[in-house]
Amino acid sequence: MAEPYFNEMYDASGLRAPYRMLEGWHQNMPAEFRALKQAEAEDLFRRYGITFAVYGEGGDPDRLIPFDMFPRVFTSEEWRKLERGIKQRARALNAFLSDVYDRGEIIRAGRIPADLVYRNEAYEIAVAGFRPPLGVFSHIVGIDLVRTGADQFYVLEDNCRTPSGVSYMLENREVMMRMFPHLFQENRVAPVDGYARLLKRTLASVAPEKCDRDPKVVLLTPGHFNSAYYEHSFLADLMGIEMVEGQDLFVEGDFCYMRTTEGPQKVDVIYRRIDDAFLDPLCFRPDSALGVPGLMNVYRSGGVTICSAPGAGVADDKAIYTYVPEMVRFYLGEAPILENVPTWQCAKADDLKYVQEHIAELVIKEVHGSGGYGMLVGPKSDKATIEAFAAKLAANPSNYIAQPTLALSTCPTFVNEGIAPRHVDLRPYCLVGRDIELVPGGLTRVALTEGSLVVNSSQGGGVKDTWVIAEE
Amino acid sequence: MILTVLHKTRYEFAAPVGGIIQSLRLTPAKSESQRVLDWSVEVPGAVLGTPLRDGAGDYVQTVSVRAPSTQIEVTVSGTVETTDTAGILRGHRERVPPRAYLRNTVRTEPNRAISDMVSEALKAQEDASELERAHLLAAAVAEAVAYQPGTTTAHTTAAEAMTAGAGVCQDHAHVLIACAHLAGLPARYVAGYLNATEDGAPHEASHAWAELYIAGLGWVGFDAANKCCPNEQYIRLGSGLDAQDAAPIRGLVLGGSEEELAVSVLVAPQGQSQQQ
Amino acid sequence: MLSRTAANLFWMTRYLERSETTARLLDLGFRNALLPNAGGGFRNEWSAILQSKGVLDQFTEKYGELKQRNVESFLFFDLDNPSSVASCISSARENARIVRTALTSQVWDAINTSFQELKALSRRERSSLEVPELTDWTLRTSALIRGSIEATQLRNDGFRFMNLGYALERADNTARLLDVKYYVLLPSVAYVGSGLDNYQWTTLLRALSAHRAYNWAYGGELSAKQIAHFLILNPKFPRSLLSCTIEVNAHLDHLARIYDRSTPAQETARTLLAELAEARIEDVFDEGLHEFLTRMITENAGLAKCIDDQYLIGEAR
Repeated sequence: MAEPYFNEMYDASGLRAPYRMLEGWHQNMPAEFRALKQAEAEDLFRRYGITFAVYGEGGDPDRLIPFDMFPRVFTSEEWRKLERGIKQRARALNAFLSDVYDRGEIIRAGRIPADLVYRNEAYEIAVAGFRPPLGVFSHIVGIDLVRTGADQFYVLEDNCRTPSGVSYMLENREVMMRMFPHLFQENRVAPVDGYARLLKRTLASVAPEKCDRDPKVVLLTPGHFNSAYYEHSFLADLMGIEMVEGQDLFVEGDFCYMRTTEGPQKVDVIYRRIDDAFLDPLCFRPDSALGVPGLMNVYRSGGVTICSAPGAGVADDKAIYTYVPEMVRFYLGEAPILENVPTWQCAKADDLKYVQEHIAELVIKEVHGSGGYGMLVGPKSDKATIEAFAAKLAANPSNYIAQPTLALSTCPTFVNEGIAPRHVDLRPYCLVGRDIELVPGGLTRVALTEGSLVVNSSQGGGVKDTWVIAEE
Repeated sequence: MILTVLHKTRYEFAAPVGGIIQSLRLTPAKSESQRVLDWSVEVPGAVLGTPLRDGAGDYVQTVSVRAPSTQIEVTVSGTVETTDTAGILRGHRERVPPRAYLRNTVRTEPNRAISDMVSEALKAQEDASELERAHLLAAAVAEAVAYQPGTTTAHTTAAEAMTAGAGVCQDHAHVLIACAHLAGLPARYVAGYLNATEDGAPHEASHAWAELYIAGLGWVGFDAANKCCPNEQYIRLGSGLDAQDAAPIRGLVLGGSEEELAVSVLVAPQGQSQQQ
Repeated sequence: MLSRTAANLFWMTRYLERSETTARLLDLGFRNALLPNAGGGFRNEWSAILQSKGVLDQFTEKYGELKQRNVESFLFFDLDNPSSVASCISSARENARIVRTALTSQVWDAINTSFQELKALSRRERSSLEVPELTDWTLRTSALIRGSIEATQLRNDGFRFMNLGYALERADNTARLLDVKYYVLLPSVAYVGSGLDNYQWTTLLRALSAHRAYNWAYGGELSAKQIAHFLILNPKFPRSLLSCTIEVNAHLDHLARIYDRSTPAQETARTLLAELAEARIEDVFDEGLHEFLTRMITENAGLAKCIDDQYLIGEAR
């Protein structure tokens, strides 16, 4: 019987080329050896301190995110197409941001409704009319992709603010290379460890015009209570930059300074991992103790660059998502390489009607939600859950969008009995500065529960190392 | 008309504070209604940033004192030539799309009473133009909220002022913004000065009103507290979504202690300013 | 380095030193209480000890009567008491956690392990824990951490801030312990030179692990003057005010070299050192021991404030 899902290792004609080396590897691996390796991997993760605190759940904040040792593999040909598509999308998203904070040509041209943009909470009035260095708003674009066939990829969502998870991409590779060095001798896996260097270069490239020296770049974290704190310190360390909290910075005159034991040091670029609302209590939430008072004035007068730009979130909203292919056509004059998942906007009466009639077949998400919360996977839900969700939908339709339940591809994953197919997605990280860069790889998330389509780590998902086989 | 302004804001602290930082919106921008003849913002002992023109066309400036201090005084003085443009804001350079001003904040979130008032005011007015509707709303707000200093605070919301049926110019502006949004009109809060001596109106010289966006005309000011549109007696400083967002002084005290605020504002036609 | 990082390192060691002092105080009280009927009984001595830490009111409010078991819990385990051993070790560990990348793995391990052991201790039946076991554990832990810092940390600015924390806290604590004995502990002047007086001096020296060192240095005779000299002015005794001030000066001088910049902190420290190096014990008693110690505590705090202003706030140019 044919599987209803595309299996990335075995398709109708048998073993697919990129996985050729891995078949013998896992078949020849004795169960005890595998258990040993799995324990070793966990030990390594724990030693590196990679843990993941889950939002809104109690329990152990030092929980490890489950790591599956079976790599996910792309051929260089597959990757080339993805890479072109991702870079294209990242360019279009930035063009859109430049436009909507400037003249709003795409809105004047009637290609996207004004209210969807300007009434969006993520649209920051405070930065309207401001052009950040090089016109770049979103410097790190995380694009979530799913695959449904050999040649069929869809974009599930865009992340233009501060996409997280890249530390897993780097650590997964590190751990795999330590545990299975021969795999990397036999397979020509393209390296991903240049990411930190590229990120640093990207951030430095968008230093303010006023900056006439080697730019001072810092990473701004909300602090050690944040679930991604580990990632923040990890990235700062790899880039060789200071990880600061809001209290470590202050504004005086036209610049922003870092408090050091040698006195104030001017800061040129802030890679911020805190939300817009908390950046500056004199501009946004007055009760924010995480930000830097006065920062937005310095930013807007070109004294410091904030990455990603405040207001970048208006491009990755789930309601705007529908229009990204339109952005590609409008700004770049190109045909979109990556497709969107067909999406129904429940704010529209016709769409809502369709969604309500087909609720059991669809995936319904909150427009502003993230992390796999507040969503309904129709085909996987019981009647009571669906009815409860239908009531919420009816009460506030514009808060929801719906998409067909996609037949997410599967990748072999270690289970008790050996390997079994499990659904996966992919988040590559595209860097936008003077150049647009993409390391060959990304974060593969895997739904570890049999049949589950939810890959979020907060919902029991795990991660895998993601390989792109280099060309001969 | 030529108006002179002398505006002093003095914060005094019971114990020395670790530092003070403020974002000032205290410099009028040029438009057909106003032209700055001379203007200065002085804060002794503080470091002032270069004024920047934000997307809404307002001048914003950072001021900070890092050393331990027990007081800070902001002195604004200047002369502005004003023209009556019937409340219409023309020739003001700004980049924010009007439709961005359709969102509410906690201060402008309407309640049932406000939405009832809007329905009532616009009932049987389907043919009314946007401008006519804006006037109807402003009149309804003036009717519903009596000018009564001391009944509300700086944190009072539109809904609370509506329930109280009383407030000051800030509350009138918040309620009117809430109404305009319900009627689908972009609206924003404006802070400025008012030369109130002429008609003997009892309002403070530091004033606030609302601007509603009328297709074809642009932004038009409505001062529900005084039942009029801003004229040559008004000087416009800056705008925002609500009083906090548009505040002429938005500040933060590091290691704060009890603070005492003293404000004095004098606005007068030129020639009378010496008669303090 | 970031001012906040330096502050975390500085406070980490201050808390570590403070935990040790609290344990020593607990030991002092415990030994004194072994002496029967000391002018009003042990209750007065415990209250003197709590007073010296400024936590007597807090104790009374929470526990009421001064029962020894309660004082032990309060000084060792109680997280509501900011200077309890448990509070200090938790705070030290929290500071360490924030700057974990600035610590060697040995140092982090030592601090983290002490925290885990403390948790294990607090789960044990209280009646199975005698004071000597608790104080021994604290002193051993403290020595282990300090040894790890000494043996493995790079001699960079971070190392200097850690040692400044140790030295400043230690000076403060020595002054306070001496003050407790001299000013608070003895029921009245009539007891000066009495057996009780001598017993208290001995326990104070024991609590400072200085009993034998004192005997070697001063030939065994106990006198208030000599003990005060030992604890204030003797440069050989590592906890004396003079020793601590010498250390503060040394680490500040290192910082001035590392940063190629001298600040008012160096100047303030040098002034304090000059006074202590010149002082004779007669001068101290002329001023009044209590008055002198109170002044030292104030000057020490002034120096700490100066270090804070110059290095830990990050605004001084």
